[in-house]
Amino acid sequence: MSDPQIEGLQLKPGFKGMSEDTGSDQTMFKGVHWGKAMMWIFLLSDTFVFSCFLISYMKGRGSTLVDWPYPSEVFALHVGGVSVPLLLIAIMTFVLITSSGTMALAVKYGYEKNRKMCGWLVLATALGGLTFVGMQAFEWTKLIEEGVRPWENPFGAAQFGSFFFMITGFHGTHVSIGVIFLFIYAYKVFAGHYENGGKRGWFTTMKGDYVEIEILGLYWHFVDLVWVFIFAFFYLW
Amino acid sequence: MSDEYDNNKSYQAQSSETMGGSAPASPDMDYVRPAETPDQELYHGHSFITKWVFCQDAKVIGVQYFLTAVFTGIVGLILSWLMRLQLGFPGAAGFMTAEHYYQFVTMHGMIMVVYFLTALFLGGFGNYLIPLMVGARDMVFPYVNMISFWMFFIAVAVLMASFFVPGGPTGAGWTLYPPQTILPGTPGAGMGILLMLVSLSLFVIGFTMGGLNYLITILQARTRGMTLMRMPLTVWGIFTATVLAMLAFPALLVSAIMMTLDKILGTSFFMPTILQAGEVLEYGGGSPILFQHLFWFFGHPEVYIVALPAFGIVSDLISVHSRKNIFGYRMMVWAIVGIGALSFFVWAHHMYVSGMNPWFGFFFATTTLIIAVPTAMKVYNWILTLWRGNIRLNTVMLWCLGFIVTFVNGGITGIFLGNVSVDVPLSDTYFVIAHFHMVMGIAPLMVIMGAVYHWFPLVSGKFLDEKLGKWHFWLTFLGAYSIYFPMHYLGFIGVPRRYFEMYDSPYMTSAVGMNEFISMAAFIVGAAQFILIYNIIRTLKVGKKAGQNPWKANSLEWLTSTVPPEHGNFGERLPVVHRWPYDFSVPGAKDDFITQTTPPSEVVHTEVEKT
Repeated sequence: MSDPQIEGLQLKPGFKGMSEDTGSDQTMFKGVHWGKAMMWIFLLSDTFVFSCFLISYMKGRGSTLVDWPYPSEVFALHVGGVSVPLLLIAIMTFVLITSSGTMALAVKYGYEKNRKMCGWLVLATALGGLTFVGMQAFEWTKLIEEGVRPWENPFGAAQFGSFFFMITGFHGTHVSIGVIFLFIYAYKVFAGHYENGGKRGWFTTMKGDYVEIEILGLYWHFVDLVWVFIFAFFYLW
Repeated sequence: MSDEYDNNKSYQAQSSETMGGSAPASPDMDYVRPAETPDQELYHGHSFITKWVFCQDAKVIGVQYFLTAVFTGIVGLILSWLMRLQLGFPGAAGFMTAEHYYQFVTMHGMIMVVYFLTALFLGGFGNYLIPLMVGARDMVFPYVNMISFWMFFIAVAVLMASFFVPGGPTGAGWTLYPPQTILPGTPGAGMGILLMLVSLSLFVIGFTMGGLNYLITILQARTRGMTLMRMPLTVWGIFTATVLAMLAFPALLVSAIMMTLDKILGTSFFMPTILQAGEVLEYGGGSPILFQHLFWFFGHPEVYIVALPAFGIVSDLISVHSRKNIFGYRMMVWAIVGIGALSFFVWAHHMYVSGMNPWFGFFFATTTLIIAVPTAMKVYNWILTLWRGNIRLNTVMLWCLGFIVTFVNGGITGIFLGNVSVDVPLSDTYFVIAHFHMVMGIAPLMVIMGAVYHWFPLVSGKFLDEKLGKWHFWLTFLGAYSIYFPMHYLGFIGVPRRYFEMYDSPYMTSAVGMNEFISMAAFIVGAAQFILIYNIIRTLKVGKKAGQNPWKANSLEWLTSTVPPEHGNFGERLPVVHRWPYDFSVPGAKDDFITQTTPPSEVVHTEVEKT
C-alpha cells in the first residue's frame, strides 16, 4: 500500500509527521480507512481481554496448592509407540502461522486488484484456520477422554483444566469467527464485490473496497499473535 | 530546510491562525484545506421502524440510550427509597427482609454505576453530541451503532429479568465479591447472579461497538478545520472516557466469564477451599483476591468513565453561561488525559483491607494522591472561568455551581480515603458511602441535569421551564447535602455500611434521629426528580420556542441547518471550523460570542485567541 496523498498537506515521516498529523484537522491517521482504524482499536481492547485471561492464568497457576501438570507429558502424542511432546501443538502452530502468510499475500494481491489470486489466498487462509480449529477439537477430545475436565483432572491442579478450556476455548472462538468471515470474504472477492468502485455492503451505504481484506487480515494476524502467547504460556512454561 | 517550511504555508493556515490584531483582511486568511474524504453517504430510514426503532441516526440512538438509561435510573431510585425506608424506619416496609435489602443494595449500585451513569454519559450524550460537535454527518458506523443500543437494551432486559426469577436478583453487593456471591446463603445465588453476569457481558459487548464508533468519529471524521485542540471539552471528556472504557471493560468481561464458569461448571478460579455447615465444598485452590484485582482494574477507571464526561460537559456549560473562555483550555485537556491515564494505576486503593502487603498499599496511596493534582487543576480552572465572568445565573449555571461544590466535597473525602492509615478505620463505613455518592453520584448527576437543561432546546426546540428548574435544583441540591453530609458523621462514629438493621447497637442510640432525617431527605430528593419529568412533558406541549442557538454558544451543535437537527445534521454543506468554541466576550467583536465557523476575515480587528 502506497503512502496516502492528501491535498493541501505535506505528510512528513517519523515522529514529526506523527505530531503534525495529530495537530491537523479532519483525521488523525491520514488516509486510513475508518474500518481499519476501528479494527486497530478493537484489537487493542481485545489485547486487554487476552491479557486479563493470561495474567489470571499466571496468578492461578502460581497460587495453587497442588502441583501443576507437566505440559510436555499432558500434551504429548504417541506416534508409533514413541511419546512425542507437543507434536500436535507444533503442527497447529505451524498451520496457523502459515495461514497468516497466505493472508498477508491475499492483502497484497487485493491491493494489486488481482481478484483471482486474492480470492484463492483468502480461501487458503480460511482452510488453514479450519484445520486449526479441527485439530483443536481433536486435542480437546483427547484430553477429555483422558479425564481432563474444567473442574478436575487426573494430572494435578484442578485449575489446569479450567484455564486450559477457558483460554483455548476463547481463542478458538476467535479463530472460528475469523474462519466464518474468511469464507464470506472469499466469496465476496470471487463475486467481484470490490471491483469497479465496489458493491454496497449489507445494511450499510459503504461501498466495498479491498481495504476490507486488509482489515480482516489485521484480525487474523492478531488471532495468530495471541496464539503465540498462549502457546508460550501454556505449552512451553 | 527553508522550502520545507515554505511549502507548508497552507498547512499552517489550517492549524493556527497566523494573523495579528490589525492585519488587513485578505481572502487567503480564511483558507481551510479541502476535505480528505468524500461526504458520508447515509442510510435514511423511511418507515417508523427504521426511523425510530432500529434507527441508524446517532441522535435518535442517543435519545434511545438516554431514555433507557433514565428508566433504569428510576428503578435504581425506587430501590434507594426502599433502602432508606428500612434504614430510617426499620420494619416500616413490612415485606422487607434482610435478603431483600441486600438485593436492593446490589441492584441499586450496579444499575446506577453501569446501566445509568455510564450509558447516559457515553451512550446518551456521546451519541447525540459527538457527531454534532465535531461536525460529522453521523457516527462512522451507523449500523454498528444501532446494534450497540439494542445490545444495551437486551442487557437491561436481562438485568431487569433477574427481579422475576426464583430467588430474585443477586444480593452480593455491586462488587460481586466471590466466594459468597455464588454460594447458597447469598440472596440470588442461583439465577440472579447468572443473569447479572450475562447482562454485564452483553453490556460490555454492546458498549464496545458504541465505543469504537465514538473513538473513530472523533479521530477520523472531524470536519474541515476541526483540530483536536479545537474540540469542545465535552468531546474530550467523552473521548477519554471511551478510551478508558475500551481498556477497562475487558477486565470486567473476563471476571464475569470466569465467575460464570465457577457458577455453572464448578471451576474454581475464584473459589478457595470452603467449609460450609461442616462440609468441604467441591471448590478449592482458587483466589478470591484475583477477582478483586480484576474487578477494580475495571472498577476504578469506571469511576472516571463517569467523571470525565461530566468534567468535559460542565466545562462547556460554565464557559457558555459565564460568557468567558474556559480558563486554561490546554491544561483542561491534558488534565482529562492525565486523569484518564493515572486511573489505571490506582485500582488497589479499593482493596486496602484485603490483606495486601503494606508496600503495595503505599504505592497505590501515592498514585491516588497524585491523581488529585490534575483534578484540583480542573476545579481551579472552573472557578477561574467564573471569575469576573458575565454569569447568567440560570438553571444550567446553578447545576454547574452545585457540581463544583459537591465535587470538591467528595474529592476531599477521597483524599482521606486514599491514605491507607485513614482508610482502614473508615473502610466499610458510611463515610465511604458519603464519599462516593458525593463524588460520582451527585456530582455527575448535577452535570447531567445541567446538560439536560442546556441541550433540551437543541433536542426539542423548546426551553425547559426555568421556575420549575430552579425548584428542581434547590430541592435536589439541598436535599442531597442533607442526605450525604450527615453520613460522614455516621461513618466517623463507626456505623458500618450494608447493614440491614442496627438493632440496639451503641451507634444507633445517637444516630437514630439522623438516620430518620437522612431518609426523609432521600424521599424528598427522589420525588424532586419527577419535577424534571413533569417539566419535560409540559415543555413539549406548551414550552417557549428556542430557535437557533438560544444560548448564543459557539460550538457546532448549535449551528445546524434546522432545530432540532435533522438526519445528516448540517444540511447541504458541512461547516468549516476556524477557531475553538470558547471565543466569548472577545474585545472588539460586535457580539459577545464568535462561532466556530466565523472566518478570520470577519473578526480581523478583534483580539481572538489563536487556536
